[in-house]
Amino acid sequence: MNISLNITKSIHEWLFSIMPEGVANIVEMALIGLLYLAIFAILGLFLVLLERRVAAWFQLRIGPNRVGFQGVLQTMADALKLLSKELTGTVKADKFLYNLAPYFVIISSLMALAVIPFTKEFQAFDINIGIFFLIGVSSIGVIGILLGGWASNNKFALIGAMRSGVQTISYEMSIGLSLLTMILITGSLQLSEIVEVQKSGWLIVQGHIPAIIAFMIYMIAGTAETNRAPFDLVEAESELGAGFHTEYSGMKFAYFFLAEFINMFLIAAIATTIFFGGWLSPFGITESIPWLGVFWFLGKALILIFLMMWFRWTFPRLRIDQLLTLEWKYLLPINLVNIVIMALIVWLNLTIKI
Amino acid sequence: MSYFSDIYNGIKTLLTGMSVTGKYFLTLRKGAITQQYPDNRATLKMFDRFRGEVIMPHNEDNEHRCTGCQKCEIACPNGTIEIIWDRGIDENTGKKKKKIDKFVYHLSMCTMCGLCIDVCPTDAIKWGQKFENSVYDRTQLTRVLNKPGSKLQHGVED
Repeated sequence: MNISLNITKSIHEWLFSIMPEGVANIVEMALIGLLYLAIFAILGLFLVLLERRVAAWFQLRIGPNRVGFQGVLQTMADALKLLSKELTGTVKADKFLYNLAPYFVIISSLMALAVIPFTKEFQAFDINIGIFFLIGVSSIGVIGILLGGWASNNKFALIGAMRSGVQTISYEMSIGLSLLTMILITGSLQLSEIVEVQKSGWLIVQGHIPAIIAFMIYMIAGTAETNRAPFDLVEAESELGAGFHTEYSGMKFAYFFLAEFINMFLIAAIATTIFFGGWLSPFGITESIPWLGVFWFLGKALILIFLMMWFRWTFPRLRIDQLLTLEWKYLLPINLVNIVIMALIVWLNLTIKI
Repeated sequence: MSYFSDIYNGIKTLLTGMSVTGKYFLTLRKGAITQQYPDNRATLKMFDRFRGEVIMPHNEDNEHRCTGCQKCEIACPNGTIEIIWDRGIDENTGKKKKKIDKFVYHLSMCTMCGLCIDVCPTDAIKWGQKFENSVYDRTQLTRVLNKPGSKLQHGVED
């Protein structure tokens, strides 16, 4: 546990002073777990509301504005409704896997959330293979989708899940390779160290041309990874009902739904950390106040999330063959060439450092 | 070598699309087309082509333009319009002439197809803009469109 800003340090010392070490450790872990669950829930609800408002604005509508001031409580009301709904299921469903699937999805995105550095030392798990861990954990989510689609015993759900498998496995290559391009500059997989490296210029500035190409590839692949439009043929409403979560209702559906939005946040958060200097302020304006890093981090992440929403409400859905053509014929070769260019740039010391 | 131009064109068209939606996003304050209905009930104005109900406009002398030709009654596919007519003496010529007694319109049966309005030779009936038609009793949906004591506007038949 690496949270050691002053306030968390005093809580830490207070806990260790009133109870034995083992108990204090467990209590602290539980507290941090609760904190992350709270972040998860609040972020999820906020992002759903943001998505609906932004979608409305893109389509010249107004969006939800009835519950609370300008509709701020709308998603709370939705969550309450989903909580009180009956959990239905198909008769011939594989009950165990059917119930297990949402937890795979939600736990994988929670685990990924743990390594994101929100600000200096506000990071639950500063593992030294951070990026590798993120790539690994984020691909567990697809197992949940596959299980959910398979176990619901519904043809729409199965087709949706299989498409999701194809799509996520293909685009994971691009995500991994584009992050690898940036790791050539940082020379470290640890997220906190990657942010430290960026004190002499954000990586998108340091790596200039190949970094921008890598960022574009990352955003395309990241959008595909979260199964959002224009890559939402996993849950293409017009042809598959609701895709892999056709048979889910109530809170289990809400888990899938929240996890989708948290995944979107994660993609944006990783992009912020790798390309845009994480919690670092532009030109080091607020370097002396580490708490403000949270706002810089969330601000940058929200801008990237807005970009993804912009994609969603602009582009039409791709066909499955177009999807695979884009990945295997365009993104992957460009990415491989890009890595070579980046390696040359790092080798010849052509990076821009402020 | 169309590979690279494909990439270029792809990115260019994507950016064009994003600029279109981006403009929409920025002008949303002026352009929002949503009507916040129960709130703006006093000022709500329906658009011209809205089909709310069939009405028969009367002028200030309580005169309508319906000659009682019954073309609308024949055109109506589901028997919405029922014309109860009578013969009366025309003041100008002194001859016996057909005139409407009651133009009965069953709103509950109307599908808003507009055939009656298309077929009317004298433009006696038109689309009304009122849409708040819910009532507690079905009989209130059967309406007599010509006002009591109204008569045919002079010169319609010429």
